Amino acid sequence: MSVESLIFEKGAPGRRAATMPAMDVPTELLEDLIPASLLREKPAALPEVSEIEVVRHYTHLSQRNFGVETGFYPLGSCTMKYNPKINEDMAALPGFAHIHPLQPVQDAQGAIQLMFELERYLAEISSMTRVTLQPSAGAHGELTGLMLIKAYHQSKGQGHRNLVLIPDNAHGTNPASATLADYKAVEVQSDDTTGGIDMGHLKTLLEAHGDHVAAIMLTNPNTLGLFDANIAEIGRQIHAVGGQLYYDGANANAVLGITRPGDMGFDVVHFNLHKTCSTPHGGGGPGAGPIGVKAHLVPFLPGPLPAKNAEGYYWEDAGPQSIGKVRANLGNFGGLVRAYTYIRSNGPDGLRHVSESAILNANYLRQGLSSDYEIAYPHICQHEFVATARKQKEEHGVTATDIAKRLLDYGMYAPTVYFPLIVPEAMMIEPTETETRESLDSFISVMKTIAEEARTNPEIVKTAPHTTVIGRLDQALAARKPNLRWNPGQEVTHS
Amino acid sequence: MASLNHPGDLKYSKTDEWVRVEGDEVVIGITDYAQDQLGDIVYVELPWESGENIAFEGKFGDIESVKATSELMSPLSGDVIGSNEELKEHPEYINDYPYEKGWMVRLKLSDPSQLDNLLNADQYLEYLQGR
Repeated sequence: MSVESLIFEKGAPGRRAATMPAMDVPTELLEDLIPASLLREKPAALPEVSEIEVVRHYTHLSQRNFGVETGFYPLGSCTMKYNPKINEDMAALPGFAHIHPLQPVQDAQGAIQLMFELERYLAEISSMTRVTLQPSAGAHGELTGLMLIKAYHQSKGQGHRNLVLIPDNAHGTNPASATLADYKAVEVQSDDTTGGIDMGHLKTLLEAHGDHVAAIMLTNPNTLGLFDANIAEIGRQIHAVGGQLYYDGANANAVLGITRPGDMGFDVVHFNLHKTCSTPHGGGGPGAGPIGVKAHLVPFLPGPLPAKNAEGYYWEDAGPQSIGKVRANLGNFGGLVRAYTYIRSNGPDGLRHVSESAILNANYLRQGLSSDYEIAYPHICQHEFVATARKQKEEHGVTATDIAKRLLDYGMYAPTVYFPLIVPEAMMIEPTETETRESLDSFISVMKTIAEEARTNPEIVKTAPHTTVIGRLDQALAARKPNLRWNPGQEVTHS
Repeated sequence: MASLNHPGDLKYSKTDEWVRVEGDEVVIGITDYAQDQLGDIVYVELPWESGENIAFEGKFGDIESVKATSELMSPLSGDVIGSNEELKEHPEYINDYPYEKGWMVRLKLSDPSQLDNLLNADQYLEYLQGR
């Protein structure tokens, strides 16, 4: 396959995909409608191409994509798990696909019913009282949740609480959201043996700063794929000093139908519907990050919330203590339809089976890789685990990046590397529930081959990939001197 | 570890900074071990304005590599006399010459006794091996 040139480099001057009919209304001069200072001096340098050139160009680009629909993809639900096709069928129903957010409620009963029921399903799954479907994605849910916590503390005369505790293995969005919500993020160390919260360090922090702690943000199971068995005690200690517990739902793929954040003691939870509930979020959006809260936080929720009376479904305005809307309209409705479909098509037993299979698959891989790669915390894991290339780096100079690149040569995607930050040369592997035993075996076999290559022929790993259209890129140069924009007339070079 | 260089005439912190003492001034950078762990450095944010006061164990900048972004912590307190402007254009100096062209900030010490807390090269190496 050759390098695909840019759409701007294709075509010829004057070439068009469509011919416009002759003008049959009076023309107005552009200069009469728009101030001269805002008009271009020369036409924009747009591509001039035929329809078939456009179609071929984008078809070629699409064939370069690698995703869970083309092969094994150990980024798992962390990025986006497989999206069942029935979700698309439901989202394409005209009553959902062609609806307008400002349509009168009597014409949108089905859509409001779907949101009303989805809210209740999510509340049941997480053991929360109410849910807002508005936030656009996980980090937006985090920010919204922290704003609720802040509003709650202020209502109690506790507005001075300014600290949010966050473990050292947390997702980077947690401290970012805390900062955005005008809190100071304070790192809690993790326990070297269990991978959970270091209870001694937590105690020290609470003794020193307890009356300033607004909340703790936890992911359970955490980013090491380990369930923190101390969660009930952590909850008790945080609540005892007047703080709140925030559940980062990014790893909810491990707990569906097995345990619930609300039962663990959490006050707020966000869902990444695009992770756990199999909705798409390609290219940075559109995701969906509903949050659920316990009763004491309900008065602060954004509104409106879907409601039901004898006449049917309607929108109930937020109360006087609400933090206000956090998104235009009512959330990413297309994502909500898909999540609803996922929950209904699996049912309660099916959802539990999703998590059980995800956990089984992860442990199968963990065991299968453990003779060739160090496992950072060699316990039974949940839906994911963290292997490390520490040994390969020390002995053969082969890093996690090199292994990730070499996987591409074998037709598989790379796992998350260099995260969580507390594990050197980390490779976070999450197969999800949908992989077959054959695909898991195939991944183990490829990883064993790469480990063998690291011993016998490390150069082939260090210079990978070799079979892709573009080989190893200079990622440091790309970050140091980013050159991302095509300029008309600029010489285009492909190295 | 054996291939890494930790000169004997410098002092070191447990947060992987090196310190060169010049009278009541110090020059601070990150160690060969630190740059090796971070990988290719792509960006560094330093106190570009002189005069800023840096606290003991306080943040004096951010460093971004192809792997991650980290905070730079100062093992000493003092006022900034200057920062290495060349790193704006050449963050790779931190990888290539961590003790020379990769230096980061020059401070006027506010409490020279803090130097006593720092490690010498042998102690630092021992500390790294125990990590």
